Amino acid sequence: MSDRGAEIVDTVAQALASKTPLSINGGGSKTNILGRSVSSDEFQTLELGQHSGIIDYHPAELVLTARAGTPLTEINAALANEEQMLAFEPPTFGGRATLGGTLACNMSGPARPWSGSVRDMVLGVQLVNGKAELLNFGGQVMKNVAGYDVSRLQAGALGTLGVITQVSLKVLPLAEHSVTLVYEVDAQQALKIMNERRSAAKPLNAACWVQGFLYLRLSGAQPAVTQTAKVWGGEEMPNADEFWQKIREFEHPFFTSDHALWRFSQGPTAAVQSEFGDILLDWGGAQRWLRGEQQRDDLVKSAEDAGGHVGLYRGGDRTGEVNHPVNTVQKALHQRLKHALDPAGIFNPGRLYSWM
Amino acid sequence: MHTPSNSAPAQVRAQLLQKLSEVLPADAIIDETEAQRPFECDALTLYRELPLLVVLPSSVEQVQQILQICQALSVPVVPRGSGTGLCAGSMPHPEGIVLGLSKLNRIIEIDALACTARVQPGVSNLSISQAAKAFGLYYAPDPSSQIACSIGGNIAENSGGVHCLKYGLTVHNVLSLEVLSVTGEPMTLGGQGLDSPGFDLLAPLIGSEGLLAVVTEITVKLLPIPELARVIMAGFDSVDNAGNAVSDIIGAGIIPAGLELMDALAIQAAEDFVHAGYPRDAAALLLCEVDGTVEEVETHIARVNQLFEAAGATTIRVSQSETERELLWRGRKSAFPAVGRLAPDYYCMDGTIPRGQVAYVLGEIARLGAEYGLRVANVFHAGDGNLHPLILFDAGDPNDIRKAEEFGAKILELSVAVGGCITGEHGVGLEKLGQMPSQFSEQELLQFEEIKAAFDPQLMLNPGKGIPILKRCQEYRALPARHGHMHGGES
Repeated sequence: MSDRGAEIVDTVAQALASKTPLSINGGGSKTNILGRSVSSDEFQTLELGQHSGIIDYHPAELVLTARAGTPLTEINAALANEEQMLAFEPPTFGGRATLGGTLACNMSGPARPWSGSVRDMVLGVQLVNGKAELLNFGGQVMKNVAGYDVSRLQAGALGTLGVITQVSLKVLPLAEHSVTLVYEVDAQQALKIMNERRSAAKPLNAACWVQGFLYLRLSGAQPAVTQTAKVWGGEEMPNADEFWQKIREFEHPFFTSDHALWRFSQGPTAAVQSEFGDILLDWGGAQRWLRGEQQRDDLVKSAEDAGGHVGLYRGGDRTGEVNHPVNTVQKALHQRLKHALDPAGIFNPGRLYSWM
Repeated sequence: MHTPSNSAPAQVRAQLLQKLSEVLPADAIIDETEAQRPFECDALTLYRELPLLVVLPSSVEQVQQILQICQALSVPVVPRGSGTGLCAGSMPHPEGIVLGLSKLNRIIEIDALACTARVQPGVSNLSISQAAKAFGLYYAPDPSSQIACSIGGNIAENSGGVHCLKYGLTVHNVLSLEVLSVTGEPMTLGGQGLDSPGFDLLAPLIGSEGLLAVVTEITVKLLPIPELARVIMAGFDSVDNAGNAVSDIIGAGIIPAGLELMDALAIQAAEDFVHAGYPRDAAALLLCEVDGTVEEVETHIARVNQLFEAAGATTIRVSQSETERELLWRGRKSAFPAVGRLAPDYYCMDGTIPRGQVAYVLGEIARLGAEYGLRVANVFHAGDGNLHPLILFDAGDPNDIRKAEEFGAKILELSVAVGGCITGEHGVGLEKLGQMPSQFSEQELLQFEEIKAAFDPQLMLNPGKGIPILKRCQEYRALPARHGHMHGGES
């Protein structure tokens, strides 16, 4: 645990002066996923792993502030001591995932549609912009509408809009009780059940279908969970935490092949895209994982038909575009926004899109 | 506090009127001064200004044409919803138009399966929930002005309400936006899924006070209406005890749907106004609403009751029916007009503070009130830390206005000093520009300006609001002086 803020600002200042592109790295857990592979010869790596430690944590305020390089496992442990948690259930990738990287990659787990994402929980960030200025946006309170929301803008930007050095976020109490119900159904039936139960005022907080089984997790006050489980039926799963952890950490057998892995984020009600092959439905149908080599154009069209987007999450050809295309108007806006925060284009160039 | 002016060249106004007449029916253009009066301010009536023209388009195409015409003539555009804002965010620009979006008021679609509603910006907040009710759904953010305020305005301000701690702000409940850029180019931000490709452009747009783009359509997330909601009210003989009770509830792992604190003056005013049965002699009152399944609510009400007793509550009352729940809320929801009866005028502040600081901050506010000789009542969204001190004054007395403004500014600076912010949900607008430098450094303010320019390079959308334009930035961009409202940042 140490404060390397001053060194980080210095490194950015030098990179700015010498026009050296910086490759920003936390724990290295997501180096080869999500973004494009960019040539590393001319890049200098900016390591954030040592810029670590929880700075402030007030359980009664439901707010935690930590340096960007803090491992999620350290944060989870501190929260668990107070019977609290990161409600967005981010993957920890064997302890390597950091808070900053989790925000930059907007990584959230199975509870996301019900409990919110890391983007939703962020209250404030400190970052170094492309002019090597250390800036603070947002804060440590739940409601704050002064200035533009630069904090949430970092979510999913893959570090292209600044070096996140510190994050404040809302945390929540651990659920008092959880039960996971299992149903043996095909993907279409599973989607139908997920869609029906979305609008029920019950404590549902995860819904995933994989390899012939639908898993619904109920979390909340014990009597509410027990009563809902009784009404909904299905088989109660023993060791359900282990199942959800494997889904969250990409350790479920569905994920463990070497195939290319695509991620659809889309409207939850659209028909299952079974024509493309093996699929996993998560987030009640709003996030779908697809294995195998595919024609990107076909997937892009399918995602757009479902009101969403698709990206090559892992494997495959990572030198071309891996994220969903944006139209010319949005592309120009992306470039202007990038220029506003990183005028010299030194942060992770080419990582999100080849043209930025 | 700005006197009406009409310094724009008459030629521009004539050209503008002619061009707009080509695309808008006559009744969509308001050019007579008296007819423009209703648009001269929002709900913060201390700040008034008359625009060149007010336009009220009834289609997205018309909005696009208006933007293109204003772009061609370099005329600033001030978007406006229902005018219920509290920061002078939609106060007209003397050389610009007011773009009123109230006629775009259609609920386009409710998708009960996906739990979403697609609506136009002029739709009122409450009418979304009313339309969704038939499907057992509702739209969660519920600002006090929800009967009148528009969803477009909610986007502009990132509005909250009394249920934010559990259900989030507008930014947590919007899936996508159709917007027009300042030049009239359409864009879709977000989608039907839960995130977007590339940058999360919903984040900067929501809460941007109409400075970045004009919103023409919104898709919001709907939630299932909870099976049951009950309110538990408790009176305390000190703010300290009430504040501790709030921490105890959170510490017990309960996230209430609503958690509101009122101080003695607010309690008395509300009780005299609606007779909700509030304890008039209490120093602080807490209203705690829990919702969920029947079993969950019963469990949590029992637990909160125990915690209130342990924290030294002097009175406790639990709603036994929906009517009683509504009555207990009515006092809180009428707190502003109730306090308004105590003096000719009141000035509502909007800082957010860490919950644990509430007793200290209310103490300081009382001390400052005595110093300025002004009374102040406080209502506090205790769940999320958003504090609304209501400063009582007389707008007929210029000295009183000055004192109220100074006192208000001190409260906002106090909010920042204890680790909070100058505005939780009302926005900066014109009103709080002067306090922005107490929350942000010059470099941070300049970064905001750069973001603004990425969306609107000529600063034509709602210029002079939200972000103070620093002198350095103005020179750098060679902007005309009319974008003024200069604050701070002499560098």
